[in-house]
Amino acid sequence: MAGVAVTRADVEDFLFAEADLLDEWKLNEWLALFDEERGGFYMPATDSPGSIHTQALFLIADDMTRLRSRVGQLLSGLTWSENPQSRTNHMISNVRITGMEGDALLVKANFVVYRMRFQNIDPYIGKYYYKLLPRDGTFKILERRVILDLESLRPHGKVSFIV
Amino acid sequence: MLETRNVAGLILDDREEGIFRVHRSAFVDKEIFELERSRIFDCSWLFAGHISEFPKPGDFITRTVAGRPLILVNSDDGRIRALLNTCRHRGNLVCRDHKGSGAEVFRCFYHGWIYNTRGELKGIPGEDAYSDAFDRDALGLEPVPGMHNHRGCIFVSFDPDIESFEDFMGDALPVLNNTLDLGDMEFAEGHLKYSMRANWKLLVENSMDGYHAAFTHERFFEQFLPALGLSRPSPVPPPGSKEPAAAGSYGYRVVPLGNGHVTTHYPSPSRVSQSKAYMEKYAGEELKKYREVLTKRHGPEKAGMIENGSGNYLIFPNLIIIDGWRVFRTFYPSSSDYMEINGWACLPKEDTPEMRKHRLDWYLGFQGPGGFATPDDVEALEGCQMGFATHKEVEWSDISRGMKGITAGGPGELQMRVFWREWHSRLTTGRHAAEYND
Repeated sequence: MAGVAVTRADVEDFLFAEADLLDEWKLNEWLALFDEERGGFYMPATDSPGSIHTQALFLIADDMTRLRSRVGQLLSGLTWSENPQSRTNHMISNVRITGMEGDALLVKANFVVYRMRFQNIDPYIGKYYYKLLPRDGTFKILERRVILDLESLRPHGKVSFIV
Repeated sequence: MLETRNVAGLILDDREEGIFRVHRSAFVDKEIFELERSRIFDCSWLFAGHISEFPKPGDFITRTVAGRPLILVNSDDGRIRALLNTCRHRGNLVCRDHKGSGAEVFRCFYHGWIYNTRGELKGIPGEDAYSDAFDRDALGLEPVPGMHNHRGCIFVSFDPDIESFEDFMGDALPVLNNTLDLGDMEFAEGHLKYSMRANWKLLVENSMDGYHAAFTHERFFEQFLPALGLSRPSPVPPPGSKEPAAAGSYGYRVVPLGNGHVTTHYPSPSRVSQSKAYMEKYAGEELKKYREVLTKRHGPEKAGMIENGSGNYLIFPNLIIIDGWRVFRTFYPSSSDYMEINGWACLPKEDTPEMRKHRLDWYLGFQGPGGFATPDDVEALEGCQMGFATHKEVEWSDISRGMKGITAGGPGELQMRVFWREWHSRLTTGRHAAEYND
């Protein structure tokens, strides 16, 4: 994509494909979307969406070591909270390119992720904040920040799958 | 209402034979849930929050404790108050923010009544409409009947006749103090608010359960720790072993602390904290500096006790403190099969940013609804609750491990029996249990 303007449609294609990998539980393929060295996946607590993970308690603060382990754990069958696996449906809308930070494209999108398990339907609602590195005609994820609009994880109870 | 004699039969406690069972109706019956509210939650000292959440005059938080909406406020006179969050006029919530600072008044938007931060009623629109019998001074925001600030930990009680906080805490007080001696403690920003579709007593059991760790949390031990270059401890000794879990493992030495409080491990310099291997590997230099400060302040033996901490401990009925991860956790049932949970990280203010990062990283490695272990606890307890739908056919749960002084075979369950003995005594007699040991 170097030298070619990135459009919202390019970003949407990428996010929709990512959502499909998650709903299909193709987590190794999803992991490959991240920058291998510098990638990160963050979810602040519901009461402090603007906080910094090194100084505040988060729900998830994965560098690539932890994220690789998380995916390995989710696929191993030993993660009882996802064995049997949840059915999920990642709905993404309101996708916007909001700026640049260094080489990274800043992207914001709204989401509703439905999780179905044991006859419960739990909706996870919030915003995605991505830092995307244009690379080889597609993107690598430098940062995937999930801000929940939920006031609490009640009655969801947990974030055991990838929201 | 249930007869006392029926409640008495909910526990089978045979110390002679070494059998302890809990009747599963205790987890599903709505009348038992109502009894718990009136005989346990309405007459215990309950953890409500930490002063670091509202440190300055004018700061406040709102929180539901035992079903009641409260305002915890740092008043303009510098006193901490716990006020019932309901307008004395018609009942509306007077304060509707989760937290705030710089408050001078709380104003009920319904009819505009105004209270100051001490809870005194200071303004009534159209006050001339009231007769002489109307007493404005008697209509301040009602304080919670009991409130105690223990070194920044705010406890409340809805029973005006409750015993003193110190009497209630008994031998749990020095254990809590040991946790708080780590430094000038605060709740880190980031409050974990989650839930379980399960009875609250399952989380009391689970929070002090050493037996489940190797199975429920196999991914933590077999996948997460190795990914960080850490070797797995051995929570359960090999089959046939006559030894209790070895030092350096997550082995338990349970100590009842009176009044239903209990720790899986009394603080001692020789105990090995769950955090030790991680902190030494990732925060070695920082930890060394921190140890020097602790040692200077307390001497080497006490410094060791403070650093390694207690095990997982319960302040009856529903405050769990886990020193190995610096967790404070409390939970309230809103029905027999659902609870709301609050979790925090209680850390020293004097942490350098580096040290704070390492402590939080360790916390998230296990704890919280997105951590690498807690979600599987939620899963297990929700599964238990689903299983209890069979309680008329399968009536009893077993909690007998380690009775008759048996130490072989890994972690026992005395810590849970201590809880259940107090629970049972409260429901049947309204008093503390006479004996907590087997």
